[in-house]
Amino acid sequence: MANTIHVDIVSAEGEIFSGPAKMVFLPAAEGEIGVAPRHAPLLALLKAGEVRVQPPEGDEQSFYVGGGALEVQPTKVTVLADTAARAADLDEAAALAARQRAEEALAGKIDKLEQAEALAELARAAAQLKLIQRLRKIRG
Amino acid sequence: MPGTKEIRTKIASVKSTQKITKAMEMVAASKMRRAQDRMKLARPYAAKMRSVIGNLTQANPDYRHSFLVEREPKSIGIVIISTDRGLCGGLNTNLFKNVIYLMREWQQKGASVNLCILGSKGLAFFRRLGLPILGSVTGLGDRPHVKDLIGAVKVMLDAYREGKIDRLFMVNAQFVNTMTQRPLVQQLLPAGSIKDTELPSHWDYIYEPEAMRILDGLLMRYIESQVYQGSVENVACEMAARMVAMKSASDNAGNLIGDLQLVYNKARQAAITKELAEIVGGAAAV
Repeated sequence: MANTIHVDIVSAEGEIFSGPAKMVFLPAAEGEIGVAPRHAPLLALLKAGEVRVQPPEGDEQSFYVGGGALEVQPTKVTVLADTAARAADLDEAAALAARQRAEEALAGKIDKLEQAEALAELARAAAQLKLIQRLRKIRG
Repeated sequence: MPGTKEIRTKIASVKSTQKITKAMEMVAASKMRRAQDRMKLARPYAAKMRSVIGNLTQANPDYRHSFLVEREPKSIGIVIISTDRGLCGGLNTNLFKNVIYLMREWQQKGASVNLCILGSKGLAFFRRLGLPILGSVTGLGDRPHVKDLIGAVKVMLDAYREGKIDRLFMVNAQFVNTMTQRPLVQQLLPAGSIKDTELPSHWDYIYEPEAMRILDGLLMRYIESQVYQGSVENVACEMAARMVAMKSASDNAGNLIGDLQLVYNKARQAAITKELAEIVGGAAAV
């Protein structure tokens, strides 16, 4: 147990992952960060992107988070995601459609709030697509 | 002797009432299952959020967010989560009783009370008390959305920031099991500290980006998640309470029908006996 860290990934819609890991990679607001066991306490905001968890045994697992917050304590990592999904469950068609919608919304005349919303939507869709493409490359 | 016709009509009317209560019971049962699933899914997030905020209150940041600082409670706010519809047993009544106790307790300490009410039953009840109601939402339906909740709750948060209220509570029904729902009073603000003995006595987080932005975002999410969890839980409680209430109503109707049937049979038998006696009496006379 000494060289693993407990990872919990939860979103408002449910618990996505809970288990030990050797290493976790997370999309923090200011760049991707890697968290190893016995990391110093850290509180960070997350942007839309991919969370990669390396379990003690077996293959790396990949999750999508649509922004949220991250808490790190020396023995545990808690990801409080706004939305989250297992990478394998992502729907490419839905992501493409979401990107299209967001782009159309940005092209039209909109106020500041709507623009911020559309930009966030666009970022989420782009992150999903990136993740889907990366997974596809790995699988060959 | 009551006329057989009247009794028959009464039985028919009780039967149709029973049909209605039975249908409501079944609707509530299926809705309860879905509401329970939603509640279970939302629970880990709310729990994790609470523990993160609990750790946060133990940390020693340079920047003190107003949501974390204890103030002299001169005025308190209560977020009351009630149901929109009735016919759910004593669920709301029990909840309101607890709110009244809470209000008394603080009023005795000299604090004034402000309310924020979710659900029309709560609104109807607390309007009569004449206390200031800062915000309210009704008609949330069976699937409350964070977006609908946040407007009313934001009013309370603004009041807290401006110093109009110094403490914020949330009261909702807690789902224990189908038969038991318990009123639950929670302090939302200032965020209560949960003692965690593992943590060293003096430490602080690394913040990325700066503490102010994170804490603002995190604490807003914290309140949202707690209120959302509260209202989802309340819906599950409402459905469970309604199911139980309607079940006992159906059972009562069944008993009532049984009793009426007995009276009806007796009356019918009495009428037959009387007729027979008249015939026999008539035959004897001839």
